[in-house]
Formats: sequence, C-alpha cells, structure tokens
Amino acid sequence: MKNSRLVGFLPWLVVGLLALFPLVESTFYMQLLTKVLIMAIFAMSLDLLVGYTGLVSFGHAAYFGLAGYALALMAPKYETVSLWWSFPASIAVCALFALITGMLVLRTRGIYFIMVTLAFAQMLFFIFHDTKLGGGSDGIYIYAKPTMKLGEMELVNLEKLENFYWLALLAMAATYMLLHRILGSSFGRALQGIKVNEHRMRALGFPVFRYQLASFTLSGALAGIAGYLAAVQYGFVNPEILSWHQSGAVLMMVILGGMGSLYGAVIGSFAFILLQEALSNQAWFGAWAKHWQLGMGILIMLVALFLPQGLAGLMQKFGKKPETEAADE
Amino acid sequence: MNNKMTAGAGEPILRTRGLTKRFGGLVAVSDVSLDLHVGEIHVVIGPNGAGKSTLTNLLSGDLPPTTGEVLFEGRNIAGCSSDQISRMGIGRSYQKTNIFLPFTVFENCRLAAQSRTPHALRVFHRAEGYGEVNRLAQEAMASAGLDHRAQRVAATLSHGEQRQLEIAMCLATQPRVLLLDEPLAGMGPHESQRMVELIKMLSAGHAIMLIEHDMDAVFALAHRLTVMVNGEVLESGTPDQVRSSPAVQLAYLGGEELLHD
Repeated sequence: MKNSRLVGFLPWLVVGLLALFPLVESTFYMQLLTKVLIMAIFAMSLDLLVGYTGLVSFGHAAYFGLAGYALALMAPKYETVSLWWSFPASIAVCALFALITGMLVLRTRGIYFIMVTLAFAQMLFFIFHDTKLGGGSDGIYIYAKPTMKLGEMELVNLEKLENFYWLALLAMAATYMLLHRILGSSFGRALQGIKVNEHRMRALGFPVFRYQLASFTLSGALAGIAGYLAAVQYGFVNPEILSWHQSGAVLMMVILGGMGSLYGAVIGSFAFILLQEALSNQAWFGAWAKHWQLGMGILIMLVALFLPQGLAGLMQKFGKKPETEAADE
Repeated sequence: MNNKMTAGAGEPILRTRGLTKRFGGLVAVSDVSLDLHVGEIHVVIGPNGAGKSTLTNLLSGDLPPTTGEVLFEGRNIAGCSSDQISRMGIGRSYQKTNIFLPFTVFENCRLAAQSRTPHALRVFHRAEGYGEVNRLAQEAMASAGLDHRAQRVAATLSHGEQRQLEIAMCLATQPRVLLLDEPLAGMGPHESQRMVELIKMLSAGHAIMLIEHDMDAVFALAHRLTVMVNGEVLESGTPDQVRSSPAVQLAYLGGEELLHD
C-alpha cells in the first residue's frame, strides 16, 4: 500500500524537520521545543504502561524526578560530570527503583494501583522535601552541563542550546524506535494481550506478573531518560519534579494525545506544552493567563468527551488507516 | 454410538481425589473423584449450580481447591496457578466467551501459540517472524474451521464463530488435556454439529472433560459420563450405566425421555 508506506515514512520526516529547527533559530522556542521533546519521552514511557499494558500509574513523576536527583547527587559540586557514565547510571537507578516498587504495586489493580503508585511517588517527594539529602525544598543546582568527551577531546558541547536540543531530539527518536520495536515483538504483543484480557492471558499460560514487572521497569527506566535530560536542561532539581502535579501533567499528555499510540504520546506532549504556553500568555489572555489551568482543564475534558482516542484518533479519522486495526498502533 | 468401554485402559492422565471447594458455608464442589484418560471424552452433566464450572476452575487453576488432590501424571498440582497449569498441558475453554475482542482471529491464535515459546527476551524480533508459532496458530484456526476468518477482528465474529475461536485458542496451546465448558452454548444446529465433529476428532489425541447441557451432543460424544448434583457426584460410569441408574432418573434425567434417545 502506498498509503501505509507514507505512514511509515512520516516519523522520519517529522524528526528530520525538527532537526532543522535550530537553523531558523530562536532561543526561546528552541528551549521550549527541547522541553517538549523531553516530555514526549516521559509521555511515551507512561503510555507503555497506561496504553499498552493497561496499568494506570499516577506516580510516574517518581522515576522522572529520581533520575534528576541521581544526576544532581552523583555530580561533583563545582566540576563537570561525564554524560557517558552519569546518564546510564541515572537510568539504572530508576530501573532499579521501578523494579522494587513494581514488585509491590503490581499486586494491586485498578483504583488501588493508581493510589499505590501515587503513594510511592509521594513518599519519594517527602523524602527529598523533608530531609537534607537532596537540599530539602530548595533542591540542588547542577551548575555545569554534563560533558561528552572522547579521551581529552570534547565531542559535543552541551552548553550550546542547539547541541542540547539535538541530544533531546536524538533521545526522543531513539525512545520512539525502541518502543516501536518492542511493541511489535512477542513481548510487546503479550503486554497488549494483558491489557485487553489479563485473565485469558493467564489461562493461556503467560506468567502475567513477570510481563507486567518487565514493562513497569522498562517504563521507569525510560522516564529516567526524560528526567535526566530535564534536570540538565533546567540546571537544578527540586521536589516539584517528583510531585503529583507532574504525574498528573504527563498523564494528561497521554490522554490528550491518545492512549495506546506512541505518536499520540508525542503529539500529546506537544499539544499540552504549547497550549500551556499559549493559555498563560498575558498578551493574549490578559488577567486570565494566570488561570491557564482552567482553560487546560476544559480542553482536556472536551477531548475526553469527544475524542476518546485523543488527538491521534482524530488524525486517524482523517488519515484513515483501515487495514490494521489490530494490535499494532 | 461410540460407547467404547475404556475403563481401566492405562493410567489416567488427570485424576482428582476428594476434590472439595467451599465458598464460606456453601460447598460448591464436594468430594469429587474422577479420572480423565487420553482418547476418552468424559462428559459432566448436571443442573445449573451443580458445581460443574467450579470443578473446571479447580482443574484449570482458576480457583484453588479447599481440600483434595488434582493429580496430573501422578503429580499433585492442586494450588498451582492457572498459567503454570496451562504450561503443563492442560487447556481450557470458557463457558462465557473469553477472547481478545480487539485483535484479529489470527492474532488471538498467534498469542495463544506464542505462550508455548514465549521469546520474551527477543524484543527486537517481530512477533510474526516465528514460523513455528504461525504454523500452530494456522493449524488451530483450520481445525476449528476459522481459517477463512483469519484477518477478521474477533469482536465482529458471530457468536458461534467466537465459540469456535475460543476452542481454537485452546488448541493453539497444544494441550494434552482439554477442559471444555459448554462449548455448544448458544450455537445454532449447524454450528453445533460442526463442533461435535471437532470434539470427536480431538478425542483421539487428547483427554477431554466436557461440560454440556445438549443431551444429543452428550450421548453422541460421551465415553464416560458423570452426573453432578449439589456439588456431589451422583453417578459416574459409561453412558449406559448412567442412563439405567435409578438415582439419576429420579434426580436429574426426569424419567422416560432419555432412555430411548
């Protein structure tokens, strides 16, 4: 089909166009777009759980924030840290934490799962908020961006905005590709089966708990990628990045974009952050700009009511792709 | 009729001893002992609430028994989880259709076949890329008579076809023991006939426990018949023995009608 080849080509086109963005240059929008790309990774990691494994987590900021704190605590205070080890180490910390919490939270289902994941995230929030471990409510500054050196030679200088932008874009594209491959594999199909009918999967002989735990751990590790990059971008971490507002925001991105579709998660993060920018723009909305959450809330409600498949579902309606409505996204 | 005598033909592959399930004060299954042999269809009948489905759930691991043993090839598997029991080679179908509605017929069967060789660690290899798994899925669809529906989404199938898919998924897991919970429920006469033929064919290589209300099908298929009432085994034996049992006639079969069937 010509149509399906076009659809397969589309993500590359989008990544290519995004890669060219720094050439048209504008510091503000490049930073904004960097943030969007990082949140897209975060949203995809959550979509793996919510949209593909059928586990609605309301504490996903725990893994996002933990990666930032891991970096801040591992980095020497006034010196630079190498990205080569601090990046994988932060991700590993998140994966380990997700593995341990996963073993506990996956014993619950439905509303209890939502509450227990929230509880773990709040525990982490208060550990960093109320102890000196991570600088209390003020958090920790990360004065210098991590370095990417080969021997003594500096490969990429992340202090340059466009370099960091490209790194975020690369990470987002890599996460998308990784998840795309995984979801098309036997493992990914089993996850989708568990989402649709957990009971039957068990009756067919699948050890459901192990699959869910693997998915939960992977999801935590991917959230760690986003959290690390976000901490590098902002140059500091504080307990806010672990808060339930953050967990709620990323959940809204997934719902806005459309659960169970990877590009939906990406579209959702674009839509959410750009809407947030627009609605809090004083030039456009004046005194209402302070209350941007109100407008956002109404929009999310409208999407939930009229577009249960999110913005991705809207695109599918217009771009109609009828041949594969099965397991693939 | 093919009421061949199979009593004592080799060791049973699955047997229960004193199997009991209590829900609070209610005894749903009480002290049930029965044997399943390869090559034999063991039909369990009884009025609604007799404990037939609970018995199936005890054998498949969906429910743990309160007391008693389930011996599979001599090993006690009572209390094992349903996924463990499935992997041992005991497959079941459900009375209430229990399939993956948004997936295609092929994907339903492919997932079922995949459970035998999960490939869970090969996360970069496409799920459709395993010849053996695809072959098992194809075979299961073909024997259930669904190969012409392979690319249909399961939710769009007719009720009868969904029942066929239910069996196909069970077959794709290559079980040696089949626990079929009312496979004919809600099927039209033509579809029922097909299903009876299929079950008859499957009995050659499998040990089958069949729960069924359709008496024509019961007597066409049963090598061995067990009648349950109030969680207890009222009578068990060859169809002829059961038919002529005064207790059964009194309690369940309602006198004349089945004697000359």
